[in-house]
Amino acid sequence: MDLRDTADEAAFRGELRSWIEENLPEELQGHRGGAARFEGEAMRGWSRALHEAGFAGLTWPTEYGGSGASYTHQAIFLEEMARAEAPPHVGVIGLGMAGPTIMAHGSEEQKARYLEPILSADEIWCQGFSEPGAGSDLAAVRTSARQKNGHFVVDGQKVWSSFAHLASFCILLTRSDPESTRHAGLTYLIVDMHAPGVDVRPLTQITGEAEFNEIFFDGVEVPAENLLGEIGGGWQVAMTTLLHERGTLGFALQAALAVQVRKLAALARDRGADPLQRDRIAREWIEVQALRFTNYRALSKLVKTGVPGPEGSISKLVWSEANQRVTKLALELLGPDAALAEENAPYGGYWQHQQLRSRGNTIEAGTSEVLRNIVAERVLGLPKSR
Amino acid sequence: MDFTFTPEQDALREQARAFLAANPEPSWKELAELGWTGVSIAEEDGGAGLTFVEEAVLLEELGRALYRGPFFSTVAVTLPALPDDLRAEVAAGETSWTLAFGPLVPDLDTADRVAIVGGDGIYELEGAEREILSTTDETRPVGVVRGGDPGRRLADSGVLEEIRNRTLAALAIEACGVARRALEFGIEHASTREQFGKPIGVYQAVSHPLADAYTRLELARSLSLWAAWCVAENDEQAPIAAAAAKAFAAEAAVQVCETAIQVHGGIGFTWEHVLQRLYKRALWIESFSASSSTLRAEVAAALLDATPAASGFVQTPVSLTQGG
Ligand SMILES: Cc1cc2nc3c(=O)[nH]c(=O)nc-3n(C[C@H](O)[C@H](O)[C@H](O)COP(=O)(O)OP(=O)(O)OC[C@H]3O[C@@H](n4cnc5c(N)ncnc54)[C@H](O)[C@@H]3O)c2cc1C
Repeated sequence: MDLRDTADEAAFRGELRSWIEENLPEELQGHRGGAARFEGEAMRGWSRALHEAGFAGLTWPTEYGGSGASYTHQAIFLEEMARAEAPPHVGVIGLGMAGPTIMAHGSEEQKARYLEPILSADEIWCQGFSEPGAGSDLAAVRTSARQKNGHFVVDGQKVWSSFAHLASFCILLTRSDPESTRHAGLTYLIVDMHAPGVDVRPLTQITGEAEFNEIFFDGVEVPAENLLGEIGGGWQVAMTTLLHERGTLGFALQAALAVQVRKLAALARDRGADPLQRDRIAREWIEVQALRFTNYRALSKLVKTGVPGPEGSISKLVWSEANQRVTKLALELLGPDAALAEENAPYGGYWQHQQLRSRGNTIEAGTSEVLRNIVAERVLGLPKSR
Repeated sequence: MDFTFTPEQDALREQARAFLAANPEPSWKELAELGWTGVSIAEEDGGAGLTFVEEAVLLEELGRALYRGPFFSTVAVTLPALPDDLRAEVAAGETSWTLAFGPLVPDLDTADRVAIVGGDGIYELEGAEREILSTTDETRPVGVVRGGDPGRRLADSGVLEEIRNRTLAALAIEACGVARRALEFGIEHASTREQFGKPIGVYQAVSHPLADAYTRLELARSLSLWAAWCVAENDEQAPIAAAAAKAFAAEAAVQVCETAIQVHGGIGFTWEHVLQRLYKRALWIESFSASSSTLRAEVAAALLDATPAASGFVQTPVSLTQGG
């Protein structure tokens, strides 16, 4: 047990810190995220700079444009990015989900074609899993993929698909066997979002922005080589995606929460806090330390044994609920000014936006109820509820 | 960065768990023979020359086993005040100690000798009368001392900060041991007890509180091990880490025990079931030294105020940044 950086880790952290300082454009520092990050070229430029410096896809193999670095370096990278309030790479779904899934299940041709443009931010990806009838119960998907003349024909509807309006490609979970039910008969495809028959309709969110979309597929032809994994083996491939969606995000989430709590403390120093509010601020500071060291425990186990510790499975659950409390507490500290929005609000409406956005945190990437089921059944070994 | 236990530390935990399962009421001498009383005492004084991290491993297991005896008061509390010759006696199992730094003195029924904080130093208290008080947690008696005179001067009051950090970190990790056993009972019962034709663990009103109990416990353990490491390394974050860990872990342990009791239904409310004793130990930990809200007030002061708390406890500036 040694919670200090090793010499190598300290050197990496130092280099990274000065690189961010020199390269992060001032207008991007402290960016509140959301849909606004896709306006203009600044964020893509920043993502490209991250890639050129070797920081995008740090743990990805070098032959696919990554740096082949360790998970520890990845954790340091995420911490330092958050610490500098540098916005993350724009390719959220590509980097966190599509890329790792292609690396695990893709052919050599697929890896060569798709991975590098994710890192360079030239191609944005979206995830087409949820449907009107299949949310928490993902195995209920009905979007169909029929095999015809050596390709797939896709018909159906997906919903809540983040960034679909900007995406070049979609990782799509379909039902290829119309007779099948549940986990069997599912097939995982890579779909070109500009193919004829793909119709994307943005959905306005609680924040007023439109980051997620409905996608309609009407006789969309998907080439056979866009199959990921086996025909009928889509469930296993989808599980890889979800594992990465919930797992690898841990450090980024905790580091972002640490920044959020730092801002909350600054707000309290600015505007004052009563003793009960001070107690809650202290609680949140303690909680974020707890999350941070829980992630370290899971990471250390991953580095030593190749398998992350079970503690890691609570990361997203804890983060999402903490982020909701922290942002709500910030509104409380703002007092009547909390009613204001955008440019009329203090700090340009940062906290109002964050608070509303945080309500999605306990729904996206597995609802808190589903995550509690997972902890209960897979970690504690309790009998299955379904 | 490496946040795993060494194979030796894992072996120590296994040894401790097996020994305490077979010997629920070990004597001080027996603990000394296992090398537990001298874990962090220097080898030339008969100890093992290890650190507070190994002591934390033992404290967690002792909490789990609801051990009754002067380990906490001697090793976690008084040790920093003891000069080398007296440490050698502790390592050899010849004496145990407790420290009177508040009106209620822990482990006063079993500790051989009593140290007292007075003026600028810590002294041995000689010739005092002891009264053992009745406590809700019968496995963790406290008492009061009356009269007596300061004898040998043991240490400068400068060691009080270290004593405070060790005390808080020890209580935090002990709380984790208590909570782990309560959670295990809860899981076991939810998996085997059937009502309405199904094991009760299928009902989310049962399983989700257990998932939350697990979550709180793992967070508590991360904080407690962080605090233990800071204490072992004399890290500048030790005061705030220890405060954060005790504030969080004590509340978590109480909550985990309450969940386990609820999951057990009527049997959880009985004197016969060990849950009530785990619960009372958790409540004792929450009440002893500083309460969670007091500690959070100190954390808040360190975060929000230019001049830290008047208690002089959180003296080092808190780094809010990640990783130094
Ligand atoms: C901001 C945001 C971005 C998203 N981005 C994407 C994306 O890019 N791609 C994509 O495919 N999807 C995306 N989603 C969709 C998300 O994955 C689903 O909303 C989520 O899985 C829940 O499904 P649902 O909305 O159908 O709700 P439902 O599954 O209908 O759930 C409704 C309520 O019932 C509860 N519930 C359901 N089943 C159980 C159960 N077994 N036990 C206990 N409670 C249960 C849920 O927890 C929830 O509270 C996004 C969602 C949000 C909010």
